[in-house]
Amino acid sequence: MAPPAQSQRSPSPSQPSGKSEVSDLKLQLRQLAGSRAPGVDDSKRELFKKVISYMTIGIDVSSLFGEMVMCSATSDIVLKKMCYLYVGNYAKVNPDLALLTINFLQRDCRDEDPMIRGLALRSLCSLRVANLVEYLVGPLGSGLKDSNSYVRMVAVMGVLKLYHISASTCIDADFPSILKHLMLHDSDTQVVANCLSALQEIWSAEASTSEEASREREALISKPFIYYLLNRIKEFCEWAQCLVLELVTKYVPSDSSEIFDIMNLLEDRLQHANGAVVLATIRVFLQLTLSMTDVHQQVYERIKAPLLTLVSSGSPEQSYAVLSHLHLLVMRAPYVFSSDYKHFYCQYNEPSYVKRLKLEMLTAVANESNTYEIVTELCEYAANVDIPIARESIRAVGKIALQQYDVNAIVDRLLQFLEMEKDYVTAEALVLVKDLLRKYPQWSHDCIAVVGNISSKNVQEPKAKAALIWMLGEYSQDMQDAPYVLESLVENWDEEHSAEVRLHLLTAMMKCFFKRPPETQSALGAALAAGIADFHQDVHDRALFYYRILRYNVSVAERVVNPPKQAVSVFADTQSSEIKDRIFDEFNSLSVLYQKPSYMFTDKEHRGPLEFADELGNLSIGEAANNVVPTQMVEENDKDLLLTTSEKEETKGSRNNGSAYSVPYDGSSTSVFASQTQIESAVSNPTLAGHSPQASFAIDDLLGLGIPAAPAVLSPPQLKLNTKAALDPSTFQQKWRQLPVALSQEISVSPQGVAALTAPQALLRHMQSHSIHCIASGGQSPNFKFFFFAQKFEESSNYLVECVINTSSAKAQVKIKADDQNTSQDFSTLFESALSKFGTS
Amino acid sequence: MISQFFVLSQRGDNIVFRDYRGEVAKGSAEIFFRKVKFWKEDGQEEAPPVFNVDGVNYFHVKVVGLLFVATTRVNVSPSLVLELLQRIARVIKDYLGVLSEDSLRKNFVLVYELLDEVIDFGYVQTTSTEVLKSYVFNEPIVVDAARLQPLGPAAIFMQGTKRMPGTAVTKSVVANEPGGRKREEVFVDIIEKISVTFSSSGYILTSEIDGTIQMKSYLSGNPEIRLALNEDLSIGRGGTVYDYRSSSGSGAVILDDCNFHESVRLDSFDMDRTLSLVPPDGEFPVMNYRMTQEFKPPFRINCLIEEAGQLKAEVIIKVRAEFPSNITANTIAVQMPLPKYTTRASFELEPGAVGQRTDFKEANKKLEWGLKKIVGGSEHTLRAKLTFSQESHANLTKEAGPVSMTFTIPMYNVSRLQVKYLQIAKKSSSYNPYRWVRYVTQANSYVARI
Repeated sequence: MAPPAQSQRSPSPSQPSGKSEVSDLKLQLRQLAGSRAPGVDDSKRELFKKVISYMTIGIDVSSLFGEMVMCSATSDIVLKKMCYLYVGNYAKVNPDLALLTINFLQRDCRDEDPMIRGLALRSLCSLRVANLVEYLVGPLGSGLKDSNSYVRMVAVMGVLKLYHISASTCIDADFPSILKHLMLHDSDTQVVANCLSALQEIWSAEASTSEEASREREALISKPFIYYLLNRIKEFCEWAQCLVLELVTKYVPSDSSEIFDIMNLLEDRLQHANGAVVLATIRVFLQLTLSMTDVHQQVYERIKAPLLTLVSSGSPEQSYAVLSHLHLLVMRAPYVFSSDYKHFYCQYNEPSYVKRLKLEMLTAVANESNTYEIVTELCEYAANVDIPIARESIRAVGKIALQQYDVNAIVDRLLQFLEMEKDYVTAEALVLVKDLLRKYPQWSHDCIAVVGNISSKNVQEPKAKAALIWMLGEYSQDMQDAPYVLESLVENWDEEHSAEVRLHLLTAMMKCFFKRPPETQSALGAALAAGIADFHQDVHDRALFYYRILRYNVSVAERVVNPPKQAVSVFADTQSSEIKDRIFDEFNSLSVLYQKPSYMFTDKEHRGPLEFADELGNLSIGEAANNVVPTQMVEENDKDLLLTTSEKEETKGSRNNGSAYSVPYDGSSTSVFASQTQIESAVSNPTLAGHSPQASFAIDDLLGLGIPAAPAVLSPPQLKLNTKAALDPSTFQQKWRQLPVALSQEISVSPQGVAALTAPQALLRHMQSHSIHCIASGGQSPNFKFFFFAQKFEESSNYLVECVINTSSAKAQVKIKADDQNTSQDFSTLFESALSKFGTS
Repeated sequence: MISQFFVLSQRGDNIVFRDYRGEVAKGSAEIFFRKVKFWKEDGQEEAPPVFNVDGVNYFHVKVVGLLFVATTRVNVSPSLVLELLQRIARVIKDYLGVLSEDSLRKNFVLVYELLDEVIDFGYVQTTSTEVLKSYVFNEPIVVDAARLQPLGPAAIFMQGTKRMPGTAVTKSVVANEPGGRKREEVFVDIIEKISVTFSSSGYILTSEIDGTIQMKSYLSGNPEIRLALNEDLSIGRGGTVYDYRSSSGSGAVILDDCNFHESVRLDSFDMDRTLSLVPPDGEFPVMNYRMTQEFKPPFRINCLIEEAGQLKAEVIIKVRAEFPSNITANTIAVQMPLPKYTTRASFELEPGAVGQRTDFKEANKKLEWGLKKIVGGSEHTLRAKLTFSQESHANLTKEAGPVSMTFTIPMYNVSRLQVKYLQIAKKSSSYNPYRWVRYVTQANSYVARI
């Protein structure tokens, strides 16, 4: 009997779909329920199958609950299993009827066949009905003591299920400590593994409210327990090995000989055919050796071959997961992989997401010795049938050019792209040539000779067109017909749909005008007129600005629009090194595939939105905080996040703070320094000019941004704060729970503040200068969340603040709690004043 | 830890659906399917195996056109989940003999039984076919294998060669033979996928062999097996720098790296290159290996494209089989992208050609040439006359190609890795199970640039 193929894709109650069939089934089930005729089990099987198949495709068969339970009185195990499956699925929506099943499940829990006992116990715990938990405790208790390991295995997971239905029942029955005993003494490794999974979940959830639970959880990464697991690791099944290895990652060995012992013990796990085991092992190796530069480097060398083998064996999906991790390692330490570049060549039949990773890897590993071959290979892809990949290949060539010292040969290749006469190739190449010229102005002669031959009519893509126009403006003195090309573009102003292109056209006209005034004047007039009449705000404004500044003084205009430029040394990297470190700390997780840290994609109940303020926040927490490794922080969920720092106090080990990685970065790929052309930054961001708050506010006023001079209005605060305040996270958390909210208000954040708040860290530094310390922070644009604390000067009276800033609305929601309620208003004033100065100093 | 597991058909119907933790809303299968189907508006790009929608992470692997999917809300190891999905597919195949939409639909209750034991509350319990045997009670309903798309690399043995007992690979580990007693046999397949890129002048730019020694055991009583490989086999090259001049001609087989199934013991591997293992039931890879050592590519490809008058061009593709004449490659397909402005292609095969077919795929401007078989040592040529809709300005070789090729060569392996003997340790003179050691070479990415 097969599920009816392709019927109701989205069954809704209103649809008649399946209704008559269901009532039909009901009737048949009733007839069979009481029957003891021979062969009745076979007919039941057929009916049950039908029911389950309806259930699978989404038809609601919950109305059969009563009949199904009536039919379940059978010794046929296949029937029983189907019935259990059905009951597990619908008990939650039918809590009253679920009670009917308790009886037969409880009886089966005492069956003499361990299989039946296990199955019944599993089904009993899977009912997910809160008011039935009292019936679970007894069978679970005896299940945990069962002589058969299968039953114990099921019972352990049952305890976890019970915990999720009713945590208090589970704790009251003292199940966690029974699990702990089993974990340490059971002979069956799967029972041990299940205990470990269950206890990790239970204790993590309990840790925020129970000291004992957090101590227990800590004991899981204690030396005796870790060694107990490591010594038996080969007895565990491959999946449980992953679980153990994950736990070992959190363990901090006391000295380097311990580190080597563990690594030697796990060495052969790198030869495992299961990629999950290998990656978990690699994570242990990488974490253990973080502070041992030489060994860490050796680890990279050691894991290279197993990773490459995993990439090329297994299904495309598995190999993608491994390749993503290899990608991460290549980006961190490209020089280790520079001789392996051929492994990163794309194969024609690979999916785009694999090719894209490989292109990035090829770009990263390019150095003096392999660039020629890599670029030759990339040029092959430029003619690829897969156009997005062809484009990225060209971009990759450009990136390599921008990171090399000797770009001679690459420039030639790029220029050849321009001659390929494929519109997308030309488009990408133009953008690249533009970037190249911004970094290496010395190539302008070679480049513009080729660029000059490109007809602007063949360039349609806005980005490419903008690049071409920029070059025409920038090098108009060297390009014979630059004014005329620009003029013809101005004539077609109305047909140009992209505002970006029109903006570039205005600027290029200006530059051209300064260099070749007689040829450009009339066209410039036409361009400014068209620009001022433009419906796009920015285009209009820029045209008007040019017009006015020209009228004011032409030489000033030239100084503003076309000053001498400095070559760009390094283009800004898109991802901060802090984010990259965090992703590295979350090795062997989804973070690596998504290329973002977990707080960016997991939701609140499964991962707290908070992260530790690992830069400055830790300084204020004191010594202990220096030992916090980000991996541990982000492992925790919302509430107990704050606990980890204190926990780690005892685990001071060889690690210093998380940023001390021994693998040095390739400076060019991670530096966020970017020198902008002076005038552009001066025009777009006038506030940079001011160094004191007063100065910048003056400019704000000048520009009419309408910022109230907030700091001046606020009266100097009466309250004095301790600049060296210290508070450990668990105390903070405890206080936060105990104290009532003293004040809750909304504060506006200045536009400068919003602009400066690209990452939480910026604000932390600022607030610290006002003696307000951050204990935890997190979030991403537009929502940031911070927990601050401050202490009264020469008094141990604390202020705790929760501050949620939404950058799009420029508002901060602030909740303040204080030991001394009377001064909370003063503190609030102080806090507001500090916050309002953010971004202005 | 996963939250749900389900299998979807190509049309997006649920074939099985199991919710383990109740953390992800019911509509997840539909959300998933829509996302996979319409990953990019233009439909050009495939969805990656893992993605996140509204805080739910979706993992999927494609097996015989079916989608095996898992969901979770937590930040788990993607390798673990993808490996698990693949393993579930394999376990199901071990039970059903054949994995297909049809067999899954017929046996979905059995599959539910398996799923109940493989995962409990989101945590993996076991994926061992053998362990699962004691918990699974449904008898598989065996579907006819002959008319189904076969699964997995071992399935290639079913094509063409009569030496292989084709039904064996589609035999369930639990179903009884019609005759009652089960046949004692063990299959060892050495499957090599090769990737070669030839430059336009015929040099080998890159080459790699990705090999697997796959085993499928139907032996009762779990006897120990010893597999002996080439004695001169060595593992690990000095660095991974490619060097095609070195080591040619010498007989040693040098693997770059390899990994082993957990049942494999390597006690005497360093001494005499033998692997010992007690094979678990079902199909599993004993060893995966990777090789970049120079090898003789089985096919040489020559391709020429040149203008032949206005709006016309001619393509000549030559394929030469460079393996012994007692070996025959089958299911060969040659593909070549043509210039975008190609409107027509007329083909000319060599006189007396049999079992060949040619096609011009208008939609993606591709030339296709299929050959049923190629005997070792032979050479085949295809000529195609192209008609263009516009004059080409640029170099034709930049507008067309590269030529790619897929093929299967049974009883041939390029690495020269061999199973010297397969010893079954069971002390009984009457016990003599069937042992099948089979080799096959397949193209992974076989490309010639023009």
